[in-house]
Amino acid sequence: MSIEIRNIKKNFGQFSALNDVSLDVPSGELVALLGPSGCGKTTLLRIIAGLETPDSGNILFHGNDATERQVQEREVGFVFQHYALFRHMTVFENVAFGLRVRPKHTRPSDAEIKRRVHELLELVQLDWLADRYPPQLSGGQRQRIALARALAVEPKVLLLDEPFGALDAKVRKELRRWLRRLHDELHITSIFVTHDQEEALEVADRVVVINRGKIEQIGTPQEVYDHPVSPFVYQFLGNVNQFDSHIHQGSAQVAGVDLKLDAHEDTQNTPALAFVRPHDIEIYNTQKTDRIGFEAIVRYVNAVGPLVKVELERNDHTELIEAELTQERFRELKLTPAQHVHVYPRNVRVFAA
Amino acid sequence: MAKQKNILPGFNLSLGFTIFYLSLIVLIPLSAAFIKTTELSMPEFWEVITAPRVVASYKLTFGASLVGALINAVFGLLTAWVLVRYKFPGKKLIDAIVDLPFALPTAVAGIALTAVYSANGWIGAWLEPLGIKVAFTPIGVIVALTFIGLPFVVRTVQPVLEDLEAETEEAAASLGANRWQTFVKIIFPAIGPALLTGFALAFARAIGEYGSVIFIAGNMPMVSEITPLIIITKLEQYDYAGATAVAVVMLVISFVLLFAINGLQWWSNRQRTAAN
Repeated sequence: MSIEIRNIKKNFGQFSALNDVSLDVPSGELVALLGPSGCGKTTLLRIIAGLETPDSGNILFHGNDATERQVQEREVGFVFQHYALFRHMTVFENVAFGLRVRPKHTRPSDAEIKRRVHELLELVQLDWLADRYPPQLSGGQRQRIALARALAVEPKVLLLDEPFGALDAKVRKELRRWLRRLHDELHITSIFVTHDQEEALEVADRVVVINRGKIEQIGTPQEVYDHPVSPFVYQFLGNVNQFDSHIHQGSAQVAGVDLKLDAHEDTQNTPALAFVRPHDIEIYNTQKTDRIGFEAIVRYVNAVGPLVKVELERNDHTELIEAELTQERFRELKLTPAQHVHVYPRNVRVFAA
Repeated sequence: MAKQKNILPGFNLSLGFTIFYLSLIVLIPLSAAFIKTTELSMPEFWEVITAPRVVASYKLTFGASLVGALINAVFGLLTAWVLVRYKFPGKKLIDAIVDLPFALPTAVAGIALTAVYSANGWIGAWLEPLGIKVAFTPIGVIVALTFIGLPFVVRTVQPVLEDLEAETEEAAASLGANRWQTFVKIIFPAIGPALLTGFALAFARAIGEYGSVIFIAGNMPMVSEITPLIIITKLEQYDYAGATAVAVVMLVISFVLLFAINGLQWWSNRQRTAAN
């Protein structure tokens, strides 16, 4: 089922949680709402679920206005960050809950409930835990049960609020791959909220970057990572070096280097922000005459892992620059702290401030 | 077996002191009641504790206490619910008023209740034409016992209700449960044990209550005379053995009831955390 969000506004007292947000989610897509904490992403999710009412604006499910519909009637499955399992019920009863509370004439028979619950528990690979109680499960298991419980009512939409936020890093990684596979199997329209850009970029079909109650950018993970439309998105997605800069007649001063820009020909002496990703910082031991760069001193090297992280200080001691290079390249250069090197940034993005 | 090392020091000392203290304050005085009773022969003892006037007082004391505790369980839960779930002006004041029956000298409560519920009192005057007499009847006893038991239920349920995750209720709603189903299947099982504790405390307090009851009860033999009053009456007649005999009966019944409630609590706790 498709979801259309039309001009949603929501204030909590003086605080504007959502400011005129509109978004279309086509049927069957897995969308991530990504943003820092307090940006309004959870509020948006709760409004879609019907757990919160917007001050103005509309929510459309499959083209029909659902703004006034109660949460019970919206046919959404909601998964909470802290699982919100019913502690006094077994895993089986937790999953069966949504079926058992149905009015008599639509409630499946006990045998049918049993079959459905076991089917779902198999889907989340936890059939063997049916008789346990939630406090006896690990965090990852609890979240999978919570997901099975949400799926039991055959929702048209699945909403997940920071579903892996309370789990440790390894389980989190496992579970998000598993969620991706599950989504590929079930094709249920899903929206999940996260503040973890890695999670959003890895799992989602499309990423919606939200900041201060407004949507900054919507796009595939590739699009938002490669072509951020604003300084915020640039900073929020992945590591980045930020430079204060000046734009003047189509060229920008970045880290003491003049860069030719494709736009901004008419701009006169305007302050700007420039961004370079750490892996776009090239380091050489010798000067390249054909390219524009600057000299720097190596301050710190961390060679653990596939990428070597190097911290550089420019010769004029103004700012620290973070660079990432491969182990191979690192060995070629034989970098050590206090070494003088030549630095050439590529793919510099400049935003007029 | 190797001696288990305990991180907290002084286990032996503190356990010893606890037992000594409990003995001094609780067990020795209670056993004195039993010992004093032995001054009576078995038939005498039996005669005292089964005298019709005494039996009627048991029925009133335990019956009225039970009704009072039940009323408190219902309306105490409601009060706790309102105090936890809603914001309204004067909430702090109402929260403080709940404790009043704790703090008020019971005699004051008794006089106040009598004044209000007697035939010419504020409320009694309205009930009188309807043929309902509260003061100087068993209903009056129930009113007094309800009054003094209220804080127990509110104060035990309130913190549990506050700790209840709003998310579990939202989860229930998103799964299609209406408010009533959410309350019965999600909220009530969570606060059940606390409610039972509050009920037990209110019940126990009501059984032992004296001060607030004797004013409003009227103390008519066979009708509105509570067991503690019987004990006092016997003491005033220097019938110490008879007084302790009745006291022993109360003690045993109270003990059995509390034991049963504790057992129920233990059982319901096991239900919640079963299969560990």
